Amino acid sequence: MPMSIIKNTAFYALVAVIVVCAVFPFYYAIITSFRTGSAIFTIEYWPTSFSVANYVNVIASGSFARNLLNSIIVSACVVTLSLLMAVTAAFALSRVRFRGRSLLLLTILSVSMFPQIAVLAGLFEVIRLLGLYNTLGGLVFSYMIFTLPFTVWVLTTFMRDLPVEIEEAAIVDGATPWVIITRVFLPLMWPALVTTGLLAFIAAWNEFLFALTFTSSTETRTVPVTIALFTGSSAHEVPWGIVMAASVIVTVPLVVLVLIFQRKIISGLTAGGVKG
Amino acid sequence: MTASPTVRSELLRQRSRSARLFLLPMILALAVVAGWPLLRTIYFSFTDASLTNIDAAKWVGFKNYLSWIQLKSGRTIYSGLLVDPAWWNAVWNTVRFSVVSVALEAVFGMIIALVLNAEFKGRGIVRAAILIPWAIPTIVSARMWGWMLNDQFGILNDLFMRVGLIDHPIAWTASSDTAMIAVLIVDVWKTTPFMALLILAGLQTIPGDIYEAARIDGVHPVKQFFRITLPLVKPALMVAIIFRLLDAMRIFDLIYVLTPNSAQTKTMSVLARENLIDFDKFAYGSAQSTLLFLVIALMTMLAIWIGRVKLDGGER
Repeated sequence: MPMSIIKNTAFYALVAVIVVCAVFPFYYAIITSFRTGSAIFTIEYWPTSFSVANYVNVIASGSFARNLLNSIIVSACVVTLSLLMAVTAAFALSRVRFRGRSLLLLTILSVSMFPQIAVLAGLFEVIRLLGLYNTLGGLVFSYMIFTLPFTVWVLTTFMRDLPVEIEEAAIVDGATPWVIITRVFLPLMWPALVTTGLLAFIAAWNEFLFALTFTSSTETRTVPVTIALFTGSSAHEVPWGIVMAASVIVTVPLVVLVLIFQRKIISGLTAGGVKG
Repeated sequence: MTASPTVRSELLRQRSRSARLFLLPMILALAVVAGWPLLRTIYFSFTDASLTNIDAAKWVGFKNYLSWIQLKSGRTIYSGLLVDPAWWNAVWNTVRFSVVSVALEAVFGMIIALVLNAEFKGRGIVRAAILIPWAIPTIVSARMWGWMLNDQFGILNDLFMRVGLIDHPIAWTASSDTAMIAVLIVDVWKTTPFMALLILAGLQTIPGDIYEAARIDGVHPVKQFFRITLPLVKPALMVAIIFRLLDAMRIFDLIYVLTPNSAQTKTMSVLARENLIDFDKFAYGSAQSTLLFLVIALMTMLAIWIGRVKLDGGER
């Protein structure tokens, strides 16, 4: 009996260590964001003061609110566009036999492995040529490189696992493939669409390299770039309170979404990962 | 299907026609956003292009990669990427970072996955908790940890000094000895959850009766792990490791924000962007991007080749 008590205690101690390690940095960012003035430079492990001054500052000053809106617009457009293209492509890749299908799937898979830096120079040229430099459109355009392969891949694996029978009745009735997609598959695919859409949203929301390179003015930046470039009057005076407040604003919606949809997200991640 | 052969083949033809139509937008989009830019990057690496005047790029052959001049004295002086110490430093940093971070993530990920695979009260809380680092944007985690690792006001120095691990505050991100450690801490914290979830998915495919049988035979749990769990979870583990390795090789965001000026952490992506955009060595940066692409492409092909069986097995 004592042996099992020791084992249990050790197990729960391990669990506690995992939870604390995972959560503490975010918790500390939150309590820092509510501290202002010199209070921020005294190290406290528990929330001892509560002031929303940092939040007021970050929203009111500069272009943070604008950048937040930019991030929302860009991510929403990226999700819509990539889901639209991915649903039809996934239908073709999963339900229709044609030559070169495996090769195409492999190509899509390898595009998702592309280092972003490898296309940076070429994309820079394309984006300037199309007049998209320093616009939100340029970001939406460039983000397709990582959201599209991923959404196509996950939706293809999802559609492949649906039974043939569901299509048969529609085919016998003479329905066109487009009708089959919109009437037969879409109603069944909501769970998969929510998952992949959410993962694509998070990827677009977090993207940094393209956003940093393809925008030049503070008004067109997305929030990761704004947070990365926050500096005080000198390089050594980072306004930590404001940075933490901005970080919390950017992260809280994601954490809430992820916790609500955690089962779906885990299945989506492992579908994209294990099978990918 | 019971339709007659002619109707059937007509149907099939219609289907493959619309399949082609359905694939077109996606293929076009990927061609414009990935294929063409990649070709242009490779082309630029053989030119003297500069950021301000891309159009005036002239072909210079392999000069950006390697060139040499023979001096009158008979000595040959080499120049170019392949003899650039800054480049090889970045290559070494990238390899060191990737191998160490992925190894640590595999170990910690395995531990967390084993915990999550056990039945216990509060499992849902642990799963939710480990999703938090994954959900936090890389830039935000770099900033959060930058604050925690701050030399004067950082909570980590305070914590380590209280427990007696260190006797004086460490400038984690600024000091050349610890910059890489700082980057590794943040990356392992951020990406171990992903690894854990992939390994967990593999663990859940192992049938419970195997452990039942092992327990009845009195096999020690440690032996169970090495003889049963590890071999059975190995395919999932290998996929997760390869996936993460490819991802780690291209790391940019975290290092750009956490340790911007440290030569000890400058990776291939960071160096290439610096040359492309900041230093106006567009062609030279393109050459670095091309080499990084080649390395990752080779690794991807190797990975796909290893995973081949799995890919074919999954297809209908």
